[in-house]
Amino acid sequence: MFSYVFMQNAYLASTIIAIICGIVGVFVIARNMSFLTHTLSEIGFAGAAFGLFAGWSALGGMLLFTTVSSVLVGQLSAKTSRRESSISAISALFIGLGILFISLSNKNASYATNILFGSVIGIDAAAVHQLIWLSVAVLAVIFVMYRFLTFDSFDPVGASVHGLWTNVISIVFLVILAFSVSVAAQVVGSLLIFILLTLPASAAKYFSHSVVGMMTIAVFLALIGVWGGLYLGYVTNWPVSFFIAAIEAGFYFCALLIERFKK
Amino acid sequence: MTEPIIALDHLTVSFPGHPVFSDLNLTVNRGDFLSILGPNGVGKTTLMRTILHQLKPTSGRVVYYPSRREVTVGYVPQFRNIDPEYPLSIRNFIELNFPGFRLPWLSRNERLTTNAIIQQTGLTQIEHRPLGEASGGEKQKAYLAQALVEKPDLLILDESTASLDPVTKTELLDLVKRLNETSGLTVLFVTHDIPMARRYSNRYLMMSKGGTESGRIQDLSDQQVWRSDHV
Ligand SMILES: Nc1ncnc2c1ncn2[C@@H]1O[C@H](COP(=O)(O)OP(=O)(O)OP(=O)(O)O)[C@@H](O)[C@H]1O
Ligand SMILES: [Mg+2]
Repeated sequence: MFSYVFMQNAYLASTIIAIICGIVGVFVIARNMSFLTHTLSEIGFAGAAFGLFAGWSALGGMLLFTTVSSVLVGQLSAKTSRRESSISAISALFIGLGILFISLSNKNASYATNILFGSVIGIDAAAVHQLIWLSVAVLAVIFVMYRFLTFDSFDPVGASVHGLWTNVISIVFLVILAFSVSVAAQVVGSLLIFILLTLPASAAKYFSHSVVGMMTIAVFLALIGVWGGLYLGYVTNWPVSFFIAAIEAGFYFCALLIERFKK
Repeated sequence: MTEPIIALDHLTVSFPGHPVFSDLNLTVNRGDFLSILGPNGVGKTTLMRTILHQLKPTSGRVVYYPSRREVTVGYVPQFRNIDPEYPLSIRNFIELNFPGFRLPWLSRNERLTTNAIIQQTGLTQIEHRPLGEASGGEKQKAYLAQALVEKPDLLILDESTASLDPVTKTELLDLVKRLNETSGLTVLFVTHDIPMARRYSNRYLMMSKGGTESGRIQDLSDQQVWRSDHV
């Protein structure tokens, strides 16, 4: 299987993505942003469609749309309840826009399918390099901001009392999230991004009580998901995204069951 | 030595359509242990949040000496929502309070400080338990430990000892008092417990609907306590 260049590329890309998603996912869970992540993936769909329509790359359009909108949405309202409904409205708008751009760009339906459901098998070396650079940038920002991000994510009250610039931290995190969403979409597609960004981290919090511990477990679970998914996809010819989704959902429910039994 | 740390300068706070307190003037000196007293709803928590710059005063201001950036403030709020599934252990929660552009892992010094605080607050037995599963009193201890770990100049306790058993309450207040005496920690202690206020503080601020009074704790009369509750 590894003698095929496209499989090498697919494994490399999904490994990087699993690492990013595991690490960023821990912050997503701590900040209660699963819902926003889901919306960002829909906005990413519109962005990718716009990228095709405008003649850029899908990734470029995604980065633009998710970054701008994550910062806007994050600033929209501090009140969670109101934020949830405004997010729903925004995601509806963006899905509509995505459909519009796809049809305007005169591309056939398979493009839409690729954006929505992922096309990791088709990823080429140039795209892998792009992913590597983006991922290194995301990891570098997290490394430098680590103490601020963990404080603000795991104890927002304490962080604001401490006089930390929680607004700045939150915008930085939203940009990190937008980049991660755009990167992850390359493997699992924009519909299933939250599988890698939220499920491994949600499961991890039942097994570790430290930030680094949760990150390690989340990365591990994400890696098993993407590696297993690629392998099973290769063997059966079924969609890779299906296997990744099934594996990650399986992990999550196992974690819940184990937690039940411990109680 | 009377060196001010904060001053309330004609401080007025009101929420839309209803005033909480007005024209409050008070200077708190370094090393003061100030008890803030008064009935429910009089504005003690509101005053603390204003001091923390979490609320903007309607008029007047809160001044820090030499400046807000140079005063480290530890705050143990009256209420804090912690999800029962909150994953971090008590130790990891305490260690959050070392922010800065530094390496993700703690330095040796930071670890030693954490160890000392965990020991002093009596959390050694349960430091590895998730905070979400801790009891109400254990949570309060963890919040206090987290506030103390950065060696604050000013510590704000908003009824932080209300849910503690008498022995633990005394232990923790003894610890705070020791820091107050040895390292000049300034304490704002919001409480309904007059005997505790008398035992630990040197000054009081009595808030009531009719206005506020302040003075040395030994001058606080039972009459004043009674009146503030009934005005
Ligand atoms: N965010 C807010 N919006 C509107 N009113 C508020 C708000 N927070 C507090 N209040 C009001 O301000 C008044 C003072 O509240 P505060 O919490 O400061 O009282 P307190 O002295 O701390 O009382 P307690 O002893 O019960 O803790 C109350 O009447 C309360 O209803
Ligand atoms: Mg209060």
